[in-house]
Amino acid sequence: MAANRWRRFADWDDRPLRLDRFAIEDAENGFAAFRSPHDPKPSIAIEGGRVVALDGVAEADFDMIDIFVARYHLDVAVAEEAMAMPSSEIARMLVDMNVPRTELTRLAHGMTPAKLAEVVAELNAMEIAFAYSKMRARKTPGNQGHVTNAKDDPLQLAADAAIAVALGFDEIETTMRVSRNAWANAVACCVGASVGRAGTLFQCASEEAEELRIGMAGFTSYAETVSVYGTERAFIDGDDTPWSKAFLATAYASRGIKMRCTSGAGSELLMGFHEKKSLLYLEARCLCLQRAMGVQGTQNGGIDGAPVTATVPGGVRELMAENLIAVWLDLECASGNDARSTESEIRVGAKILPYLIGGSDLICSGFGSILKYDNSFNPSLLNGEELEDYLVLQRDFEADGGLTPIGEERALDLRVRAVDAIAAVFEALDLGAPTREMKESVVVASGSEETASYTPGEVARISEAIRERRITVLDVIRALDAKGYREEAENLLYVVKLRISGDYLQTSAVVRNGRIVSAVNDPNDYLGPGTGYRLTAARRQEIAGIRDVLDQETVMSQEAEFARHVAPGLALRGMGAAAVGSDPREVVIGVSPAFGVKLYRTLSGIPVDDLLRALVKGVGEGGGIPRVVRLHHTADTSFLGLSAARLSGSRVGIGIQSKGTAVIHHADRLPHNNLELFSNAPITNIRHYQMLGYNAARHAHGEIPEPVVVPQRGEAMGSRYHARVALIYAIETSLTVDGAEPEEISVSFEEVVA
Amino acid sequence: MSRKFGVADYPLAEKRPELVKGKGGKALDDITLEAVNRFEVSMSDLSITAEALVRQADVARDAGRVTLASNFERAAELCDVPQDEIMRIYELLRPGRARDKGPLLEAARTLRETYGAERMAAFVEEAAAVYERRGLFRFRF
Repeated sequence: MAANRWRRFADWDDRPLRLDRFAIEDAENGFAAFRSPHDPKPSIAIEGGRVVALDGVAEADFDMIDIFVARYHLDVAVAEEAMAMPSSEIARMLVDMNVPRTELTRLAHGMTPAKLAEVVAELNAMEIAFAYSKMRARKTPGNQGHVTNAKDDPLQLAADAAIAVALGFDEIETTMRVSRNAWANAVACCVGASVGRAGTLFQCASEEAEELRIGMAGFTSYAETVSVYGTERAFIDGDDTPWSKAFLATAYASRGIKMRCTSGAGSELLMGFHEKKSLLYLEARCLCLQRAMGVQGTQNGGIDGAPVTATVPGGVRELMAENLIAVWLDLECASGNDARSTESEIRVGAKILPYLIGGSDLICSGFGSILKYDNSFNPSLLNGEELEDYLVLQRDFEADGGLTPIGEERALDLRVRAVDAIAAVFEALDLGAPTREMKESVVVASGSEETASYTPGEVARISEAIRERRITVLDVIRALDAKGYREEAENLLYVVKLRISGDYLQTSAVVRNGRIVSAVNDPNDYLGPGTGYRLTAARRQEIAGIRDVLDQETVMSQEAEFARHVAPGLALRGMGAAAVGSDPREVVIGVSPAFGVKLYRTLSGIPVDDLLRALVKGVGEGGGIPRVVRLHHTADTSFLGLSAARLSGSRVGIGIQSKGTAVIHHADRLPHNNLELFSNAPITNIRHYQMLGYNAARHAHGEIPEPVVVPQRGEAMGSRYHARVALIYAIETSLTVDGAEPEEISVSFEEVVA
Repeated sequence: MSRKFGVADYPLAEKRPELVKGKGGKALDDITLEAVNRFEVSMSDLSITAEALVRQADVARDAGRVTLASNFERAAELCDVPQDEIMRIYELLRPGRARDKGPLLEAARTLRETYGAERMAAFVEEAAAVYERRGLFRFRF
């Protein structure tokens, strides 16, 4: 059968990327990121201080969103000036580091949704990222994490909340598999979040009225589930109106609870009420509405609509653009990067990077601090699985992604403490008595599949009891203290007391080191290089402090430890200056300065005596006569090989470094034009070395043997080994002596070579 | 009392701690773990006051955030409105809960007359007018 397909496509079919589905651009059906023919042209008409037309719609035809935006968002003192400015000019101001943020927010308050969308559409992805970094409200970046699990297990919630807090999340958010479990989740997370440090804000995403009740009982400190939509019909279908949502926003403030709204591209599309408008225009309406409501911030950037947005051309750029509109309007921005919009890890990394290097009030509005399957919101862009990747990205780019690495011992201690604390609270409040087995299973579990703890049904009974007995945060604080968790009791009380002053109701407020940090007292003052947020030396050190990092001392002590086992069995005795040989069958093996002196194994772990034995054996099998010399003047493979060749009676020699890099050379060749080379020492095995010896001997006989090929599968050898190589190779070079003569070596192996 | 607060007073818990008191009148320093253990602290002591919200409104306005300030001022009016009443009015504001303007106007009257919540009353009245115009008083379930 004739081939009818290039098999590379089959390879591509197998990549995770191909699980993602993509959609064609189709504005009629709502699949257009930045522009739809049905988007209105920006316009405004003001009569007597009153907006009488907005984006092509006359007042008489305003829908609820238009009315709300006209009355509460648009600053009529600025509108005519701002709307008259060319969009391209404003776009340039957004990326001009000399134009202060405050001037741009002033202008935004006079712009209609269509105008805001038109301006940001002028910017390419890099310009959007830069403008976002310049325009975001609070100077210091932060992050938010999800803490949930598939069983709604309170023990695991407490342990995972403590970990999230230690990682540095400014806010943690939970939700439930079973809605009745909201109260148990809330208590478990707020107890867990009080372990280790005070001040992490916490929310429990549940039904609107229930969520406010849980807040009133003092367990939570913020809310972000107040969703708004960009078309009137989507709004009504979402069972709210701008007025009902604004009322709720006010209710939260009246209870001293921080709140932001949620919106994002794709929600209207998914709900079937997109009115053929572009995703960006609809989101611009949402954002103007949120500012109009007087909320301090938004969670946007697609959110639940991120996956569908990422299916269209420019969709990911659109998510960035809508975040930009949010901060340009002077809203706190929890910038999405939560619902996992792709199965491709490359798309994940690319998606997060602009936010990581540009910073955001909350880079993810839900980084999955837990494993994907435990995320009750759905998997996040980044999850427990990928958390260390993110920590390394911070370190790579020296960018503050809001998180801090934690060590293994500390993590275990925190988990034990958190599980014991929630168990103590349950016992003190007669809500349950978790067994030792339950607790122990949770402490070490990476995810809920590994635990032998509460089931969702058992949790429901605990949750109902908390609710029905009207247990409040004060009861929990007393329980903690009574059971000896005084620090946790103090930490929890600290968070509840935040609501008295209301300081954390201001834009972009989080708690850092016992202090409120917000856009009011930590405003983003970016005006070019050297301004805005910069890593302090201390923070840089925290970010750099990932686990399992090589240092010279450790590498050397590992080598020394190995040497203690190997060295006694190996004797490479110097026999004075090496002469040029005359036997045409001779193959000289030139070893590097530290070979068997300071370094005793190759990167693939082969002891140098085994290596030498294999080479010697191979040369013999090929009909050659091996002779070993040590070269002192160089550690470079090419020159080791060439120098060996020049000493060899056959004019063929082998050069070998301690780390296992080897070459066959001929005396008449240019230094870097060798006969055969093993450059990938970590995957070169003993058999390969023996074959190399054999081939060298055949070269000595004037043959051209089939080269030895060390098969490789595209491993990133450099990333795996180069740090170690550099440290080890420095030992070799430190032993080189300029102009030193080659030295004849007598080899004796511990066992008799047969 | 009528002094305006601003960015320089923020955070109030740090800069003006003498002014920060919960609904029960307790200062921050009085709300200690010991007091909690003695049952001397209630949830009301941990509640924000209308005065605190008005101060935060001043701060927000001084920072250039007029809509946020307005929300804090509306919130100040809701501070003393009981939770059940708030949830009842919120529910009424959702689409189709009220079949005509009547219940919303009644709720506005309660806000104004019982709780002195003038801004919130006007806000609910505004909603009633808009809902009527946009046909929201219709069957949903």
